[in-house]
Amino acid sequence: MIYINKKLAFTALATLMLSACGGSSSNSKAMVVEVPAPEPMFTYTYQVTVTNLTYAQPMSPVALILHNEGQLWTIGEMASVALENLAESGDNSAVLAESIVLSGQSGAGLLLPGMSEMVDVSYTVADINNAPMMLSLATMLVNTNDAFTGINAFAVNNLVVGESISFTTSSYDSGTEKNSELMTTIPGPASGGTGEGFNAERDDIDKVAMHSGIVSVDDGLTVSALTQAHRFDNPTLAILITRTE
Amino acid sequence: MNTLLSHAVKKTTKIKKTALFLSTALLMSTSAFTQAQDLDIKVTNLTQGIHFTPILIAAHDGDTQLFKSGEMASSQLQMMAEGGDISGLSTMLTSADKAENPAMGLLAPTMSAETMLSTTDGNMYLSVVAMMLPTNDGFIGLNSWIIPTEAGTYSFTINAYDAGTEANDEIITGGGAPGVAGIPAAPGMNAGTGGTGVTMTEDNAYVHIHRGSLGDDDLAGGKSDLDNTVHRWLNPVARITVTVN
Repeated sequence: MIYINKKLAFTALATLMLSACGGSSSNSKAMVVEVPAPEPMFTYTYQVTVTNLTYAQPMSPVALILHNEGQLWTIGEMASVALENLAESGDNSAVLAESIVLSGQSGAGLLLPGMSEMVDVSYTVADINNAPMMLSLATMLVNTNDAFTGINAFAVNNLVVGESISFTTSSYDSGTEKNSELMTTIPGPASGGTGEGFNAERDDIDKVAMHSGIVSVDDGLTVSALTQAHRFDNPTLAILITRTE
Repeated sequence: MNTLLSHAVKKTTKIKKTALFLSTALLMSTSAFTQAQDLDIKVTNLTQGIHFTPILIAAHDGDTQLFKSGEMASSQLQMMAEGGDISGLSTMLTSADKAENPAMGLLAPTMSAETMLSTTDGNMYLSVVAMMLPTNDGFIGLNSWIIPTEAGTYSFTINAYDAGTEANDEIITGGGAPGVAGIPAAPGMNAGTGGTGVTMTEDNAYVHIHRGSLGDDDLAGGKSDLDNTVHRWLNPVARITVTVN
């Protein structure tokens, strides 16, 4: 906070000095080429720290977006094809390409259990009234059929620069793939990466719900490729959002 | 909160009598300024495979509680938790403002039920209960949430409780009457038969957070009639959205 205030003070000082310079140069009129003053631009940057709280569920590269409308999922409604892609295969590209996305950023790679990652997302506007309102994040629990977790349309417009908010997230089931836990259907390391990812067929309830957890071979699902180690409980992610600009 | 506080205080020592008096006085003074309110209340079933039986929503005073963790269930709560019958609890609520069965029957997975509730002066606490099917005596529970006096929309999630009145045998027998073993029904029509019973005892007779159902992968036998890939859940199980008008 203090650091940011100093930075602001420095910026203000620099601006003052620049305008002072501008003032002196404008005295020699012959030297000046009339350039229209550039439109002032406002950049909003949010730094999101994501921590994987699970024992053995790597998270697929996170999709982090700023948007002003819509949400990535709604309990009781069908998952979008983009979300289905993310939840079944861990591929975040379709979510990042959604039409509601003002600015999107992918995580660097798989976020392993116990690990944290910082991802920045920025959006620049000419009119302060067009500032981004909402932030969303989604990632797949890769040792599952179609479990995902994240933040859904969280209002960030009241965060001032330097301010942070933290919380934890629960896990959801996209409802697009039955939780068979079969080796052939789990794309994560539990199947050695051999399991299928995205499949357009929807053989589950086809509505987004909260996830009921995995069963595993150790807890009564004989055909499961998952073990006790892949079980998880809520919450699955810790999130810290800081507005840095 | 004040009631809970004074209740806890009551349970401890004489030294705290002053505190009890103070908190009671505070409660009474707060009540005196509490206005009657018009509320819109929405209950969302967040689970993927559990139905809720008729929901009971009540705004009540600080002396009333539908259930309390760590205490034995009333016979009226038992009726609700084992058989989905809210009539006993409803009869018990003489001075409360009630909304009964807003879903007009079962609330299916991921679905929402909405109702309006006008509260009278002094009924400043909100409680919600409904049995979860298929379970032996599991229910969704909200106990004495303080209704905000400030207009706005408030949203939060609630957990699954076990009434502690029936062994979680996970056998679907049609038994919904209080004291009769077994699960009344599996409304999703996706359960099995021939289970030998997960357990025949209920050693914790106090209302507690439900440990979840076990289920199995043998729909024609095994220990449980529940399907372990369908009838499990993780908390939270429901979202309550209250709009104070």
